[in-house]
Formats: sequence, C-alpha cells, structure tokens
Amino acid sequence: MIKFFLMVNKQGQTRLSRYYEHVEINKRTILEADVIKTCLSRSKEQCSFIEYKDFKLIYRQYAALFIVVGINDTENEMAVYEFIHNFVEVLDMYFSRVSELDIMFNLDKVHIILDEMVLNGCIVETNKTRILAPLLILDKMAES
Amino acid sequence: MVLQSLKLPELIQEIRGAKTQAQEREVIQKECAHIRAAFREGDAPQRHRQLAKLLYVHMLGYPAHFGQMECLKLIASPRFTDKRVGYLGAMLLLDERQDAHLLITNSIKNDLSQGIQPVQGLALCTLSTMGSAEMCRDLASEVERLLLRPSPYIRKKAVLAAVHMIRKVPELSDIFLPPCTQLLHERHHGILLGTITLITELCEQSPAALTHFRQVVPQLVQILRTLVMSGYSAEHSVSGISDPFLQVQVLRLLRILGRNHEESSEAMNDMLAQVATNTDTSRNAGNAVLYETVLTIVDIRSASGLRVLAVNILGRFLLNSDKNIRYVALTSLLRLVQSDHSAVQRHRPTVVECLREPDASLSRRALELSLALVNSSNIRSMTQELQGFLISCPVDLRADCASGILLAAERFAPTKRWHIDTIMQVLTTAGAHVRDDAVANLTQLIGGAEELHAYSVRQLYSALAADISQQPLVQVAAWCIGEYGDLLLSGSCEETEPLQVQEEEVLTLLENVLQSHLSLPATRGFALTALMKLSTRFQGDNNRIRQIVSIYGSCLDIELQQRAVEYNALFRKYDHMRSAVLEKMPLVEHGESQDDEPREGKEEPWNPNKEVQSHPEPPASNLLDLLDLLDSANGDAPPSPALDLTPGDSLLHLLDFPSTAPTLAPIPGLKVFDREGLQMNLSFVRPPETPSLLLITATATNTSKSDVTHFVCQAAVPKSFQLQLQIPSGNTVPAQGGPPITQVLRVFNPSKAPLRMRLRLTYNHFGQSVQETFEVKDFPLETWQ
Repeated sequence: MIKFFLMVNKQGQTRLSRYYEHVEINKRTILEADVIKTCLSRSKEQCSFIEYKDFKLIYRQYAALFIVVGINDTENEMAVYEFIHNFVEVLDMYFSRVSELDIMFNLDKVHIILDEMVLNGCIVETNKTRILAPLLILDKMAES
Repeated sequence: MVLQSLKLPELIQEIRGAKTQAQEREVIQKECAHIRAAFREGDAPQRHRQLAKLLYVHMLGYPAHFGQMECLKLIASPRFTDKRVGYLGAMLLLDERQDAHLLITNSIKNDLSQGIQPVQGLALCTLSTMGSAEMCRDLASEVERLLLRPSPYIRKKAVLAAVHMIRKVPELSDIFLPPCTQLLHERHHGILLGTITLITELCEQSPAALTHFRQVVPQLVQILRTLVMSGYSAEHSVSGISDPFLQVQVLRLLRILGRNHEESSEAMNDMLAQVATNTDTSRNAGNAVLYETVLTIVDIRSASGLRVLAVNILGRFLLNSDKNIRYVALTSLLRLVQSDHSAVQRHRPTVVECLREPDASLSRRALELSLALVNSSNIRSMTQELQGFLISCPVDLRADCASGILLAAERFAPTKRWHIDTIMQVLTTAGAHVRDDAVANLTQLIGGAEELHAYSVRQLYSALAADISQQPLVQVAAWCIGEYGDLLLSGSCEETEPLQVQEEEVLTLLENVLQSHLSLPATRGFALTALMKLSTRFQGDNNRIRQIVSIYGSCLDIELQQRAVEYNALFRKYDHMRSAVLEKMPLVEHGESQDDEPREGKEEPWNPNKEVQSHPEPPASNLLDLLDLLDSANGDAPPSPALDLTPGDSLLHLLDFPSTAPTLAPIPGLKVFDREGLQMNLSFVRPPETPSLLLITATATNTSKSDVTHFVCQAAVPKSFQLQLQIPSGNTVPAQGGPPITQVLRVFNPSKAPLRMRLRLTYNHFGQSVQETFEVKDFPLETWQ
C-alpha cells in the first residue's frame, strides 16, 4: 500500500504532498524534511530504494524535483518505481513538457491526475488517455 | 489599508518571493486573515478560490482547520468547480478524527445517486480516502449499485472504494464478495486492476474468502496469458511490456491463493514458467514483473525445477549493473536462503562482491546474506572477506558485522588457533563495537586451549604493545599476560618467531595501561590484577609492583582502591600466601555469570561467612512461640559475638581465612533418649555453604531382647526455626543390636537462635505401646551459632 506521495525540490520545498494514511500536520513537515535530506545525500550510483523507519522510500529525480513514494512492504518496489515514471509521463502529456512551475501553479489539476491514478494507496489506472479524459472534459467545460 | 485578497497564482508568487522563513510566515498569515474574513462574509462565488489558497497554504504545513466548514458548503453547491475544490479540501483537511466529517455523508449520498460521472467519481474518491466506518456502512449499498453500472470510469473507482470500505468495516465484505467473480470477466484493465485488489483484500481478511476464490485461479491464469502473449497493445504497453502493473497485481494474487495449496500451485506452474522466460528484461518494467514472478514462485508449492529457475533469475539480477535490481535480488535471496540453501550458495561469490558496494542499503543486505551463507566449508574465505569488509564499512554496520563474524567463528571454527586469531583480529579492527561478552568468551577460549597459551600470550602482547586504545583487546591482553606471564618470558614458542621480552618491558606496558586516560575503570582493574599475578610469575624483584600497588591504594576509584589495598595487605602481612592466592585459574565454565573481573579462585568461599556476625541477636523470648509445647522459662540470651573491627581491618577480615575456616569440624553428637535398651542419638552436620541449615540424623538403636516395632518419631521446634522431617529408614529396630532406624531432620535456623526441640516417640516394645515426649535443650553451640 502506498503510504504517501511527495514531490519535493532540492531546496526542501514541498511541491505536492498526498498522504494515504493519516499523519499529524507537524509530523508531516518533519517527515518531508527528513526524507529530502536522505534523498539528497545519495549519489547517482546508489539504488533508489531506501529503508526509512517502517516504510520503504522509492525516489526518482527529475531535474531539480524529487518524487518520493513511501510504501509498506506489501508492494513491489520496482513496480512503484515504474509507476513514478508513468505519473511523470502523464503530467508531461497534459502540460506538454512539464516543469516545476507548471506543477506549482496548477496544483489542483495535478491532484486530480494523482487521484485518477492512485486511490486509497492502490494503483488504479495507468493508461494515460483514460486518466486525462475527465480532465480534458473539465477543461472544456471551464472554457465554455 | 486593507490589501485586496490575492489570486492563487499571485499568492504563490509572493510566497516564492519571500526570502526568509519569517517573511513567508508573514505573507501567509496576512492571507489567512483574508481568507477567514472571506469565509465569514460568505461570499459564494469566490469561496472556491479562497479554499484553493488555503489548501496550498496547508500543504506548506500551516494550520488550516478553519476551512473545514467551507469544504462542506462547497461540496453542497451545484457548481462543479466548487464541488471539485470542496472535495479536494475534504480529502486533505478532514479525516475521521474531526467531527465534521460525518456531515459530508449526506452530500456524498446525493452526489453518488446523481448520475453525473465526474461528480460521482469525485464522491467515490473522497469516500475512499477519508471515509470512516459509519460513513462506509451508510453508503455501502450505493457503492454496490455503482459496481454494476455500465460505465467503466465509475466502476473502477467504485471497486476501490469498496476496498477501502472492507478495510474499515470487515463485515461489509459479504456484500462485495459476489460481484467479484463477475467483474473478473471484464476486459477493462482499470476494473480488472481494482477487482484484483479487492479480491486480494478479501482473501487477506478471511480464510473463507480465500478458499472461495481459489476457483478463480484458472481465470487469473488466463488473464495473465492474454497479457503476456498478446503482443503489442498501444493502450497499455509500458516500454514493451503490456500492462506490467496488472501483471504484477495478478501475480501477487496468485501468490496469495497458491500459498500452501497444491492444486492451485500446480495450475499456475506453467504460466509462471512462461512469464519467467518470456519477459523482456532489458527495461525496468520487465524486471518488475520478473521480480514479482520470482516472489510468487518462492511462496507457493512450486515444482523444484521452477524454484531453481527462480534462484537463477535472482542470480542474473545480481550480476546486473542496475543497483535497484541488485537490491531487490539480495532481499529475495535473503528470504530464500533458509529454504533453498544450496541453490543460493552457488551465488556466493557474487554476493560477497556486493559487499564492496558503496551504497549503504546494498552492503547491509549483502552483509546479512553473507552471514547467512557461512558454513563449515567456506568459513575461512568468508571470514577473510568479512574482515576486509569490517575495516572499510560504515560505522552503523560495524557492530552487526563484528558480532556476525564472532558468531560464525564460534559455530564453525576449524581450529582453536584460528578461532583465537579471528577474535583477536576482530577486536583489533573493531574493538569498540563488539558485544560485552566477547571479552569473556575470548578469555574462556584461551583458558581452555592449553597448548596455545604461549602462542596467544605472545600475540596479545604484540598487539597490546602496538595499541592500547581498544578496550576489549586491552582487557583480554592484560588478563592473559597476568596469567601466563612466565610463558611470555621463556622465549621459546614454535608457532611464532621468538620474541625477546624483558620483565621490565611487560611491567612498563601494564603501567601504561593503568595510567592511560583511554582506559576504562574495568580495564584498569584488569591491569592491576595482572600486575599482582606477575609478582609471583616473574623471578625478579617485586619492588616495582609493590610501588605501583601502593600508589593505587589511595586512588579515587573505589574499585581500584579496594583492590590495591587488598594486594598491599597480601604483600605485607600475608606474603606467605601470595603464591597460593595468585595461582593459575582453573577453567571457567561457559555460561556461568560472566563478570569482567576474574577473581583469584580462592576468594569465593569467604563470601558466605564474612560480615554475618554484625547482626545483634534478638532476645530469646521472641523465639518462644504460641505453641505451648515449649516453656518460656529460660532467658539464656546468647551472647552476640563481639567483633569490633577498625575500618582498615575490615577488608583484612576477608583475608582472615585461617580462623573461620568453614571446614567441616565435627560437632559432638547428643544422646537424647535411653529406655529399656532403646536409645536415640542425634548427630549433627552443618554444611558450609548454607550456614543456617543444620542436618540432624536421629539414630534409634535397640540393645534389648525384644524388637521395637511401629517406631514413629515426631519433632517440634520453636517458630523461628523451620523443620523438615525426612522419611525414616524403617520403623522396626530388631533386638540385640539389629540395624538401627535413621531419620534425617533438617532444621533451618536463619536467626541463629539457640536450638530447642521437643521429640515424641511412639513405638511397641515388649508387647506394650509406649509414647514418650521429651525436650532437648542442650544442643552443642556449634549447631546453632
């Protein structure tokens, strides 16, 4: 089960955070800071799976942004690693060449995309067209 | 001047522009004030913007609970944009712990029955994120209805909402169980993915569901087959593999269903083999599927050929250059090593190589796996590798590595000498990280290996001469030098090159250890005792040792001071006993309480006897009890033995062994009864290790012409004693000096009160039954003092 999904940049600022299991607000900031510190201290040759307290962290770096997913031990780490890439590809398709600023200024849309893909800690949809379909309809409605 | 409230992008810009944490907080607080004011005013069109800003602020970690009611209002509004933000806010801000969450139930219910897909989707999403148990119960029927609606968009969400519901309220699984089989027939991958998750959840929750779902194994196999064989499908393919996420989920479910179940496992065997061989491993997605396959093969009752295939796949993973794959392989091999030990052994060289990885998670896994792979045939090479690792590994792994090496050495050591060498090397490289009992183990080991005494003392001496900072090593070396110092000096040892050591050098070294600020107090204790022992081992003059010992007589550390004073006394007053006291130690038994300070063997027996006499005896009247068998006339309060000890001598008392020697000095027996040829004698034994115990053996002898039969002896003692009567040897004493009856009485006398006893004898003698009761008062002093 996915416990949380974070996008944090190199300076430690959280760009997206989604928790699938309840964590206190003050603990969240500490957790995020800790997680980003661990990820930053790893070099390129080290593997992307870290054991952290009672979760496993799987992280991937895209330019200056780290996407970190915390899972418990029932999940297949490599599948989640693939999933992160899938998510980024969806964002890429929607925003055409997504950048950190896109994510910051369209946070609600990114949340919707994430909700289409992960529900309650489980992966539900990975097909890009299907994920983006409701969002495109929404955009059309908003324009008109 | 009140600033206009900002739009969300502008807010974000402002926050980004803030240079310091304090500035950012200021901006946010101002904005929150605006938001609160806007909420109070109830400005409907702008509400969603305000909430959006609030959510952004919440993500940064600032409190946002005042937005909860706004979420509710927004959800209830008919506009989609409002609903969207409202539901998002509900998901982020509300959860079970807040009281407001129940208010959403109604809104969700309305939205679910509305029939507008995006709205339903939102509602389902929110429900599955933060639905509490009550909400789930209320809305279960709605969700079930949606499961069967034609639209796949809703169905896939409904399925996952169902997963959440049964997690919260396990009873609802009855509702959701029947549709599952039908849903498996769907072609839509989203629904399939959700259904499989649902089935997995159901199976994990109840074994009954597990048996029910075993029948769908063929269907799952079929799904997998279509996925693997179908070739390229644009919709689902991820780097050449068709829908790896679905494959992984199916494999996991197969694993759960096939565990411990022969039939299902057999049905899956072929498919698993096919997946394992056909999957393209050049990309990560393929490797993910392969990894899941391997895990499944390992868990179910698979054919042995399949298991070998799995281990080989893992071995291939290990050789892969991608670190993630190596990590995954090491983790799975660790799981396998218990059951398929020999198969994993084949990959030992690769595992050992992984020890050298710079990555901490990898080397930790490799260390665990290597330790699990050590056995008697590869112990030497493995230990060498592990020791090499120990030198270079990160600090947090050192303790594990060191204790692992020591454990492995203990289990598989080929020779004692190798064992001692290994332990010494570990102590030299990682002495600070070993467990506490390593020192004790090593001393016990060395003590037991007589032929290696000379060798070990030589090695330890050289190691100590090189470096006195590693405490465990110093402790063991000090002990060894103390015990076998004569072997060190004798100069001849065939196993190492001859080491010419002078007495003075050894003493200097031990003195350095004593004075070094790196030494722990325990280490100093070792060193001091070692110096003392050397005074008997070395032939030379003892002046230097006496000097050192007397200096420490005024040391601030109490332990050292006590030792020094005792040793001083040994030199001064008890010189004649010094060699006896400081003899070589006998072998310590393994498993006894290991204290760091091996005391000279003879000091132990003195413990029970010392300092007992300081308690004043209670007056005799307290002892005489309510049992009025005994009269309370006597007032012979026993004198408390006067021991006025001066403080300096109190320690000497410990060494005062000749006078209170607890050897079994015979206590005079007592004749207590004599009538018509039947005599009863009491003999006493006081075992030295239990001073308050007195063993009385009552012997009844018969010198008369007639037998004594039905002889029964009963005894009573005052309440402060405890009495146990053991079974007599018989109850007949034949005439004319036949074999007597003996009976043992155990008297426990913790308060050392004078012993009194009342005895009652009943027997038949000369054709008459006799009963005699009498009291015994004058027991010898040694029986109770």
